[in-house]
Amino acid sequence: MSTTMRRQAADTVCDLFMAGDGVAVVLSEISVEYFARAFAHDPRRAVNVGIMEPAMVGVAAGFAMEGFHPVAHTISPFLAERALEQVKLDLGNQELGATLIGTGGSFDYGVEGTTHHSPGDVQAMLTIPGMRVLVPGHAGEVDRLLRATVGDGQLTYVRLQAVTNAQPVAAVPGEVVTIRAGGQATVLAIGPMLDRAAAATADLDVTLLYTATAAPLDPAALRESAAAAADVIVVEPFHQGTLAAQVTAGLADRPARFHFVGVPRRLVREYGTPEQHDAALGLDAAGIGRRIRDLLG
Amino acid sequence: MEHTEIVRLAALATGDEKHEASSYSTLDALAVLYGEVLRVDPADPHWDERDRFILSKGHGPAAFYAVLCLRGFFPEAWLPGFMTWGNPLGAHPDRTLVPGVEASTGSLGHGLALGVGTALALRARNLDGPRTVVLTGDAELNEGSNWEAILLAPQLGLGNLTLVVIDNHSSELDLRPLDGKLTAFGWDTRTVGGRDHGALRDTLVRRHPDRPTAVVADISKEPA
Repeated sequence: MSTTMRRQAADTVCDLFMAGDGVAVVLSEISVEYFARAFAHDPRRAVNVGIMEPAMVGVAAGFAMEGFHPVAHTISPFLAERALEQVKLDLGNQELGATLIGTGGSFDYGVEGTTHHSPGDVQAMLTIPGMRVLVPGHAGEVDRLLRATVGDGQLTYVRLQAVTNAQPVAAVPGEVVTIRAGGQATVLAIGPMLDRAAAATADLDVTLLYTATAAPLDPAALRESAAAAADVIVVEPFHQGTLAAQVTAGLADRPARFHFVGVPRRLVREYGTPEQHDAALGLDAAGIGRRIRDLLG
Repeated sequence: MEHTEIVRLAALATGDEKHEASSYSTLDALAVLYGEVLRVDPADPHWDERDRFILSKGHGPAAFYAVLCLRGFFPEAWLPGFMTWGNPLGAHPDRTLVPGVEASTGSLGHGLALGVGTALALRARNLDGPRTVVLTGDAELNEGSNWEAILLAPQLGLGNLTLVVIDNHSSELDLRPLDGKLTAFGWDTRTVGGRDHGALRDTLVRRHPDRPTAVVADISKEPA
């Protein structure tokens, strides 16, 4: 049985933590048990600060000021939104590397209500210049992407959701992978949206692209992979249009019509499972298929 | 550290009359810290064994720049360009621009959590000599993020962390008893006259084996 992306992230970080002495782990009560190996191995570099997310990020930045590569982790809205100023000033403006792992993207905590929903986390993180945003779609990608980036001195947000694709695809950060070529349009699926985007377009003549790197989105890779057709549809697991600037810049060399199929920008008050939210918001395979067909006429 | 020399350098930066510069609430604590307490090496600003000083409030940095300049971290010629285009000395200090500045600050309430992080990191690196000293203002303590770190640091047993509160009674909210609050959170706390160099030195050099120390430097509303 495959593991969750959240569990995998903790396992991989523990491996990297134990492999040397350069990684620090700073938690805010969440997932502490998943990081047990790190706490047992060297409690001086693994700290649970309690329920105080801004302090978690500040403490992580303090570790980074001393040369460590800190990994901070909690539930997405409390990391990307509550502690956003600490991420911006303590890490971003100080030009410090760190890995921030948010779990529970979009409606993973759908029954918890608006306080725990986080369709806006990536947009918030993208306000910080230089922020790398990884959106893996499978536990195998979590492992590969963390091993490729933890300790490289860059500031990175890793966005995890409960929903995953059946197979890992992305091998390295920045990759844009061509799943299938077609002539009518380009569909770019982000992270955990790949399998449902593939199902939604199975009988359409479109080029299907995939990336687990939301930022920076390599403009050359996008240009080389996109179909010549004008319609470009981005299937996003977060607020639709979050990646508008990245995608339009990448394809600025051609006449194009851009469409963004993601979480609609309205307050979602309903309590329900992620599946119920996806169905209601047109984000399951059937809904994505309907929306793409409508867009393509 | 010569008081008149700090005042002269601060006045170079701000263009203020010297008697205004001498009233900076942080001036005496900074003079004692950089003159008698902190181990720093301007020739090697990133020396592993140095003490880490974080000006959390970031505001009114003229006195801070003056003591850094006096210690030789950067040339005096920088000071007249304070807050002008192309000069590294801005209204809030930037660690990427100014040697000797450990943390970029200015938004109130960030420095103490950073200091908890550096104190933990020093411990993780087995650097037992250096300490982290964080300076806040009393009004800055209105920011809730400070109280996260004030709650956290004693529970982590950070004997290598010192908080200096420059209490110039600028907080709209009544913080009294400030030393009582810090003590209740687990800090080893002393209140001293903020212009009394001898008392400042004696309290700032103190370290507790497993608790963070706090020094409330009380500044009269009257200029020195």
